[in-house]
Amino acid sequence: MTTTTLAVLVPLLPFLGAVAGLLLGRTAPGFVRPLAVLPTLASLVLTALVAADQGGGRAVDAATELTPTGSVPIELALHIDGFAALVAVLVGAVATCVQIYSMGYLRDDPRYPSYAALVSLFTSAMLLVVYSGDLIVLLVGWEVMGICSYFLVGHYWETPEARAASIKAFLVTKLGDVPFLIGLFALGTAAGSFRITEVLDTVASGGLHHPTVVALLLLAGVAGKSAQFPLHTWLPDAMAGPTPVSALIHAATMVAAGVYFVARLLPVFQASAAAMTVLAVMAAVTMAGSALAALAQDDIKRVLAYSTISQLGYMTGALAVADRGAAVFHLLSHGAFKALLFLAAGVIIHAAGTNSLAAMSRMSNLRDRVPDAYWTMTVALLALAAIPPFSGFFSKESVLGAAEHVASGHTDHAPGAAGWTVLVAGLVTALLTGAYAMRLWLRAFRGQGTEAPDHGKQPLAMNAVLWVLAIPSLAFGGLAFRTLPAWFDGRDLSPTLTTSVLGTGVALVGGIVTYGAWRHTTALAARVPLGAVAAHPEADAGLVEAEAIASHKPAYGDIAYAPDPADPGRLLLGPLHRHAAVGFHLDAVYAALFVRPVLAGASLVRFLDREVVETYVRGAGAAPRLLGAVVRRAQTGNVQTYVSALLAGTVVLAVAAVLLATGV
Amino acid sequence: MHLAYPAVLSALLFCTGLYGVLARRNAILVLMSVELMLNAVNLNLVAFDVWLTRAAIETLHSGQALTLFTIAIAAAEIGIGLAIVLAVHRNRGTSDIDRLRDAAEGPDDDLDDGPDSDAAARAQAAGKAEATA
Repeated sequence: MTTTTLAVLVPLLPFLGAVAGLLLGRTAPGFVRPLAVLPTLASLVLTALVAADQGGGRAVDAATELTPTGSVPIELALHIDGFAALVAVLVGAVATCVQIYSMGYLRDDPRYPSYAALVSLFTSAMLLVVYSGDLIVLLVGWEVMGICSYFLVGHYWETPEARAASIKAFLVTKLGDVPFLIGLFALGTAAGSFRITEVLDTVASGGLHHPTVVALLLLAGVAGKSAQFPLHTWLPDAMAGPTPVSALIHAATMVAAGVYFVARLLPVFQASAAAMTVLAVMAAVTMAGSALAALAQDDIKRVLAYSTISQLGYMTGALAVADRGAAVFHLLSHGAFKALLFLAAGVIIHAAGTNSLAAMSRMSNLRDRVPDAYWTMTVALLALAAIPPFSGFFSKESVLGAAEHVASGHTDHAPGAAGWTVLVAGLVTALLTGAYAMRLWLRAFRGQGTEAPDHGKQPLAMNAVLWVLAIPSLAFGGLAFRTLPAWFDGRDLSPTLTTSVLGTGVALVGGIVTYGAWRHTTALAARVPLGAVAAHPEADAGLVEAEAIASHKPAYGDIAYAPDPADPGRLLLGPLHRHAAVGFHLDAVYAALFVRPVLAGASLVRFLDREVVETYVRGAGAAPRLLGAVVRRAQTGNVQTYVSALLAGTVVLAVAAVLLATGV
Repeated sequence: MHLAYPAVLSALLFCTGLYGVLARRNAILVLMSVELMLNAVNLNLVAFDVWLTRAAIETLHSGQALTLFTIAIAAAEIGIGLAIVLAVHRNRGTSDIDRLRDAAEGPDDDLDDGPDSDAAARAQAAGKAEATA
């Protein structure tokens, strides 16, 4: 089979698996698990084959036009370069891991068939985005991912948090998608084609007239999908979905789609210095702000969610300094270790029966209950904090190195201001990353207090996946940074000495300071007993998590916050903690700016409908009724009155007739 | 005899009858007043018939024929009227027209399709059921 055929099969297999799963889910439950895992696994194998075929050489391009559209043609096109090939492997690998993990995680869930089918559909859409060479086809995958995300975040729709989060995720990403669509149309009309290659040719020859406007329009969609400031608020709330969904969609793949899209169309953004500066500022605000927020979260998954936003900030930062190799390198390594972090967090939530770090820090021996999660999570956290030789170190250093390269003026790919912004923000974030990774680790595994509950061993499917993902988290960066430039733009990705020392140094400082703060505050933990634990700790992991999420708000008064004086983050952030815990009140700002006006408008419309329009309707009925009531008063029942009235009428008529006849 | 005499007499009779119909309370007196009005009309018919006969050469005396009809119908009418009054009096112990106000619109009958009409419909249905039984 040719590379093209293989590449076509890659998104097709999970799609067929999803269709079959949705159709057969109820009638043939025995087929659900194979239908969930096997197509995804097959497409993982195929992506690996495609990557091997492509081998970082010339991009594979193939296109077929199904039907003429009359204007700008829409083609089913493939465009597989080194970026596409490798990102597809990542998507396939994470999706396979998540499907296998879900078999254990949601083993008693009645909605597992539809869940697995939606995950397959999502995988297929993401692979379509990755391989597509046509912007409209890419958009199809982009939107299918959006709707799958909506359904999967709302998997536990019995809980109000999940319902609200799914609607929020959908609306916020759609808010970005509208300008995105307009931007795509602008690109298509300028190039006369939606093919990515032709769009890039047009940009290269200067055929794009308003690059800043187009780039900013596209950036809105990217910010929505990749959860960048100011459209990132949906991602922390999306943690109300099941953990494997968080791992797949909200860490490794869908949120990376925006970054990947910018990497593909980087010349469009590069054509406008303003857009690159906006991208840099967006990245800086996102990565530093969300790292601060991560330090204050109490829900373990929300810590990871803010961490994801922060790491995505690194990727957009790398794009802002026009180094897409570094961005996709970080995307790949982050995809591996963040998926691992989420899946391990799922195991921990199941074992502890709570998603609250405050409650976990009051359990001793949690790490002995889940040794696999403990060790793999340690690896992933080290990778997250960019400690050498874990993979996160190499990818993060490549980002910082690229920023330093631009800042020092060695290249004119991007404005120097963008380089400085990204570099400074990147170093601050590295410090914060070290701090929150340390805090997460200490709070989850170094708790003191009552013995952690023992629910027996976790399912093998869940633990095995953790170890599979631990391998790339540990080794991918170190092995790949030499070979990856051949796949990407050819730019060097190896860490430079200055940024390595600086980055690792600040990360270590962050970790050590947090450790010190933890030693200082941990004595307080015993004095303030806290804890909300799921009602059925021995049940299926998915159910435990749903109960844990649902019980967090009643127990602590907020979904993200716990009044815990033993929290080292509280000591480190000081007065900032209260604001960081709620994401710097951005939700409140949005509520004031958008939600309340919309609600006020809705109540105005309701008022107009109820009170004004319906008044006319009611009046149309009430007036004749009133008239009737008045006329009915004449019906006294006294026959003589009637006759009198008759006589009076007759006399009046007669007089009138006489007067008319005589012509007076 | 001049036409004015019977015409004035019949007008007086008619007005008396009209006053009786409008003002008397006793149903029998009302019926008698109706007779008065009818007879005033009869008088008119006969008088004008005679007056027309003088002017015309040939006539069918339709006024007098009509008067005979009216007398016959009035006899039948008064019979039925008296029978009704008797029946009402037997049922209610009174033939006072002011009190016979069953056709009046009550003050609480604002709702058209209220329970009253339902009750009426039920009563009708019950009556039908009885009739078929």
